[in-house]
Amino acid sequence: MIYLDLLIGFLEVGFFSFGGAYAAIPLIRDVVQSRGWLDDEMLSYMIAISESTPGPIMVNMATYVGSLKGGILGAAIATSAVVLPAFLIIILIMVVLKKLLQNKFVNAALSGLKPCIIGIILSTGIMLVIKNCEISSSETMNVPAICLTAVMAFIYFGSRKLLKNGISPIMLICISAVVGIIAYGI
Amino acid sequence: MPLLFELFFTFAKVGLFTFGGGYAMLSLIENICVEKKKWITHDEMMNITVIAESTPGPIAINCATYVGYKQGKMIGAVLATLGMVLPSFIIIYVISRFLDRFLEINWVASAFQGIKMAVGILIIDAAVKMLRKMKKKPMQIIIVVCSTVAMIIISVFSLHISSMILMAVAAIIGITVFMIKEKAGKEMSKR
Repeated sequence: MIYLDLLIGFLEVGFFSFGGAYAAIPLIRDVVQSRGWLDDEMLSYMIAISESTPGPIMVNMATYVGSLKGGILGAAIATSAVVLPAFLIIILIMVVLKKLLQNKFVNAALSGLKPCIIGIILSTGIMLVIKNCEISSSETMNVPAICLTAVMAFIYFGSRKLLKNGISPIMLICISAVVGIIAYGI
Repeated sequence: MPLLFELFFTFAKVGLFTFGGGYAMLSLIENICVEKKKWITHDEMMNITVIAESTPGPIAINCATYVGYKQGKMIGAVLATLGMVLPSFIIIYVISRFLDRFLEINWVASAFQGIKMAVGILIIDAAVKMLRKMKKKPMQIIIVVCSTVAMIIISVFSLHISSMILMAVAAIIGITVFMIKEKAGKEMSKR
């Protein structure tokens, strides 16, 4: 039955997808293709959709596949299945968190983990900017993209320095969408 | 506004503006939940990020569940998580049913070109904020530099190495340094 299949398939994705959506894509590919839900081309299209619409990428993929295979009920089941493991794990951790944080070995591990994760996030941001601007080779370098990114970064960080509240991240997203439409759409 | 409604609508807003995965959303959550509403502290935010990274599932869900549970126990957790998921659920459902060639719509594609730039900036912003508040001891600085360089190398050469391995190594380094320090401390006190 498709509903049960969606439930099990996306519970699997939710339980084993460590390290964010991009790390989880091979797992999702495996789950989706072993059941014959999507071919490779459809999968890449769906990843692109999930990236360019709001919301967590993994959740978007679950909703999309669920909806294609089982309508609104399928979408609801697949989405709940992908969310449930993360939800339960966090509740579980919160219940024992205070005790956990008192443990000196947990704290020692955290002291190494925190800077490592900052590094991972920082490099992800840097790589994304490099990829968007295609800086990697001088021939393909996307000069307009570099300029626009620089201007937006300047406005965003500048406003935070000068004004008390500055431009909020949501505001930046809105501005960037308008900038994109003006720069590329017209 | 009652707290439970506020949790739901706040995370619905975060969900609606989360583009390009969880890292960019960290800036949004920090801005709303730490700076504006003061639901959690920056330290807690850092802890959530670590927990979210070391447990399965989308980071956005981990964050919503954590903040929701802290502010409103079980019901809060359910509402915050539901709020996070609902906007994208509706949008994706509509796209999957009615818009066959969503990405080929001209203005959608160009708006997303712009948003991609903002996402890069927001991710770097999240990292810089964390970096500023990090304890700057030699071990921490070395790990930040090494993991940044390692991740860039991994993605430039598209190596199949999971960031989980880096995190495992970093945790082991943290514990080892702690044990060495503790041992050194004991020997000092013996003398």
